Amino acid sequence: MTGKVMTVEEVVGSLRSGMTVGIGGWGSRRKPMALVRAICRSPLDDLTIVSYGGADVGLLCAHGKVRRVIAPFVTLDSIPLEPHFRIARQSAAVDFTEYDEGMFMFGLLAAAHRLPFLPTRAGLGSDVTRVNPGLRTVRSPYPDGEELIAVPALTMDVALVHLNRADHRGNAQYLGPDPYFDDLYAKAAERCYVSCERLVDTADLLKEGPVQSLLISRSMVTGVVETPGGAHFSSCEPDYDRDEAFQRAYVAAASDPEAWKAFRERYLSGDEAAYQEAVRLSRESA
Amino acid sequence: MTTITATRAEVCVVACAEAFRGDGEILAAGIGGAITVLAARLARLTFEPDLITHDGTCLLTGDVPPLGETPQVVEGWLPFRDHLWLVLNGRRHVMLGASQIDRYGNSNISCIGDWARPRSQLLGVRGAPGNTVCDPTSYWIPRHSPRVFVPKVDMVSGVGHDRAAEAGPSAYRHHDLRRVVTDLAVLDFDSPDHSMRLASVHPGVTVEEVVDRTGFPLAVPDPVPRTRMPTAEELRVLREVLDPGSLREREVPDPGSPAPGAPASSQGRQAPGPSRGRETPA
Repeated sequence: MTGKVMTVEEVVGSLRSGMTVGIGGWGSRRKPMALVRAICRSPLDDLTIVSYGGADVGLLCAHGKVRRVIAPFVTLDSIPLEPHFRIARQSAAVDFTEYDEGMFMFGLLAAAHRLPFLPTRAGLGSDVTRVNPGLRTVRSPYPDGEELIAVPALTMDVALVHLNRADHRGNAQYLGPDPYFDDLYAKAAERCYVSCERLVDTADLLKEGPVQSLLISRSMVTGVVETPGGAHFSSCEPDYDRDEAFQRAYVAAASDPEAWKAFRERYLSGDEAAYQEAVRLSRESA
Repeated sequence: MTTITATRAEVCVVACAEAFRGDGEILAAGIGGAITVLAARLARLTFEPDLITHDGTCLLTGDVPPLGETPQVVEGWLPFRDHLWLVLNGRRHVMLGASQIDRYGNSNISCIGDWARPRSQLLGVRGAPGNTVCDPTSYWIPRHSPRVFVPKVDMVSGVGHDRAAEAGPSAYRHHDLRRVVTDLAVLDFDSPDHSMRLASVHPGVTVEEVVDRTGFPLAVPDPVPRTRMPTAEELRVLREVLDPGSLREREVPDPGSPAPGAPASSQGRQAPGPSRGRETPA
């Protein structure tokens, strides 16, 4: 039963500075935050982050880990704007490849299918083409002759995703209402690491969800980590909802360097177990 | 015949609902917040019964629940991947927000200032580029002001008429900007050069106010019609069924009954950013 089971430190220890890292989930939903927090504690830097962005992008920016963000948005959903991403952009601390949401999906699909690009209408006429001067168009070879944006494949060195359940081989299952794009990240990356709320026996996977909930096959997965609460403070339905109070505290702390220092000290100065314990204590005192 | 009195918020909901009239069996996608969501649900419950509406996440609702309530009947599943597919497919009319919008309907939700180092980073373009070249698109602007209605947007997120035309047939083939509803007026692009036109002013608002609060020249017909009042049945559905907690009034505070020429509403000094969480792609 050794299989692919790892610790968050082992996963992050296998990454290298300068890598392109895809991060699953959407906004402030089912983000692999335990792995993100471990990157924040590591010496890694100069990363390119590919994400339908949320606090994953914000935290990594706040810790100086990011060279470039590739995203259609960075948002906390119930709080529209991500404060650390804003700070990073407004101080030009990170480069930004800004795509339309549909373009971004086609970039993932192209990479997952080992294609160099996929054509789409999305982006035409917008300033996405102005701020991405490397983007090219492609003309349909058929009689329609349409000229479309050729979205380059969003290939990645590594994908990090958080699912509800997984087995020790890396088969991974979502139990919430939306798979997001986690399977595409897994297929688009050279390596994919899955963190999960709970590791279960393969025979038990279908006890909690239908066969359609088996989103990621072990052939796509390099390593799997059990991290209960590993998506916190983003949501991980049905195991838990977004921790709105904590998210508000995160945003409030970002508005002031001293407050952010105190927040980091309180929650982010130790390992994942220390983080979870600090969150538990803050709930008790609330 | 009884006189109907409605708040400004209720006039706005109905004006937004009117955007969906004639849409038939497609998804009416509001960007979130009270007004656009109520508009889609009100249209479905009254004059546009075949509309498809969702719960703000990924459920297509078989019933039409009140704001904030869980649907009792689910008729479909639209996770983000399928929502992004539906945007490209086009069977969807979206009502977007905008931090800036110009006279040809180019909109910005990405950032304010120079993109390379913005003065204020907002959401990013999200799905606005694809939405506007693929789907019928309307806008809801809760505070009509020259900070939003600008001569030139800083980052074209949603594509307007001039930019779609410049970009060629693939961009304008499905481009279909319908209307812009604000707390003061309804605007459209039904002018010779597809620039923004004042379609109607809400009851209690003057044409001068709208012109003053718009940072570019508007096409103004003579006379300017008045936005229609909600019907008694629409008000009943809104007040008793869809929004008994009156969340609509928080999004658009009622200016009361101002004297002619008086300011139609107190304009808060709000940053030109999105004022609420967006839960769906747009």
